[in-house]
Amino acid sequence: MGNSQNVTIKGTKDGLLLRLDDTCSFSTLLKEIKETFTSHAHMYDAKHEVHIHVHSGNRFLTEEQIAQIQAVIDPNRNLIVDSVDSNVILKEEAERMIQENRMTLIHNVVRSGQLINISGDLLLIGDVNPGGMVMASGNVFILGKLKGIAHAGCLGDTSAVICASQMTPTQLRIGDLYRRSPDRDELPTEAECAYIDEKHDLIIDKLSVLKKIRPNLNRFAEGGILHG
Amino acid sequence: MGEAIVITSGKGGVGKTTSSANIGTALALQGKKVCLVDTDIGLRNLDVIMGLENRIIYDLVDVALGKCKLHQALVKDKRFEDKLFLLPAAQTSDKNSVNPEQMKTIIEELKKDFDYIIIDCPAGIEQGFQNAIAGADQAIVITTPEVSAVRDADRIIGLLEKAPIDAPRLVINRIRSNLVKDGDMLDVDEITNILAIELIGIVADDDEVIKASNHGEPIVMNPNNKASIAYRNIARRILGDSIPLQHLDEESEGIFSKIKRFFSIRS
Repeated sequence: MGNSQNVTIKGTKDGLLLRLDDTCSFSTLLKEIKETFTSHAHMYDAKHEVHIHVHSGNRFLTEEQIAQIQAVIDPNRNLIVDSVDSNVILKEEAERMIQENRMTLIHNVVRSGQLINISGDLLLIGDVNPGGMVMASGNVFILGKLKGIAHAGCLGDTSAVICASQMTPTQLRIGDLYRRSPDRDELPTEAECAYIDEKHDLIIDKLSVLKKIRPNLNRFAEGGILHG
Repeated sequence: MGEAIVITSGKGGVGKTTSSANIGTALALQGKKVCLVDTDIGLRNLDVIMGLENRIIYDLVDVALGKCKLHQALVKDKRFEDKLFLLPAAQTSDKNSVNPEQMKTIIEELKKDFDYIIIDCPAGIEQGFQNAIAGADQAIVITTPEVSAVRDADRIIGLLEKAPIDAPRLVINRIRSNLVKDGDMLDVDEITNILAIELIGIVADDDEVIKASNHGEPIVMNPNNKASIAYRNIARRILGDSIPLQHLDEESEGIFSKIKRFFSIRS
């Protein structure tokens, strides 16, 4: 083992977890990774593949550094780096993530000729009138009547959903799927949702099915609100 | 300082000019000093409906270009002493011969002398519309109970909400109670549900309105007509009076249908 306290290896059921110290210099780290695998070489020359997950703690790794680490962990010995993870990310990446996961609240009537286009989820309090259009890269939730056009997942996310208190749209669009509104004999009496099912059809259904088909809509499940 | 109110609709032929003439005249009948401004340059009509066509010497474009003073272009309606004036549109130019800045200056100047300036807006959402709303403080949107007119009104309301103008108010024009009753025409509730703005008047469809317009006498000058009463009520609501919207049908029915009507159709 020697002086390799900067690199620790832990076996998990998914493979090996390689924890890297985040205070030493990167060159020391590379050297120690190399030593670790050389000294344990006899353990890894088995015929089956070993999957490795690298976690760099609070150290930010550039693409180049990740490539260097991968090069050091010699792939010839059936070692495969599955993931390189870190506690820290770039500010711009964080901002992009916020953008994508943000829920934008708009309290307005979207009238004929008006277009709302946002990144992330849209929560609209008000109607979308015929001729009006709302677009979101995420989900679209409308507390009001949807009589115009709604486009959820407009950057291609086909798992996005559209919910409306009254689902009577001119058109529904999710991802790349465009559908004319269904012919109904009477107005729906309750709120409904629209999604793309496994056959790539656009379905309008009761709100209660959402929990089953899109369980990840719950944002706060891990934060404890639902646990409490 | 007076108030400038633009009368607009988006779609053509729903009764903007007729409504401008009648609302303006009704305000003058209430003793207010009113100036009607026709901004439909190239397709002027307001002067015809007011019966003032033969008295026009200068027009809006002349004022905007400085060819005459504002007061020289104003046409006085002698039926109302010093209460009602008209600033006519030019017939020989087009809508691009005036810009919003010039309109704003003209309306500001008129506001010094008048209680109300009623601006008759051309159809459409182009330059003419931008000119008409440039100097306005308030807006009244006219619609008829037709899907296309309501759609255009919705578009116009969206544009007005972006402009520095008070929240627009709605007049539903040419409603026909027999068609509404049979479910063949949009009813008042359906329209207000979609447009979601304050309703300040419902004007029944009436042949007398057309006859009166053709004679150059706005219908409000006839005190007994249904449409006239509706326009007078709109004028009083503009002045701030609270007047309940009235029933559409005047023929008497049984008490049950009266109650039913009370909950469904208002006028």
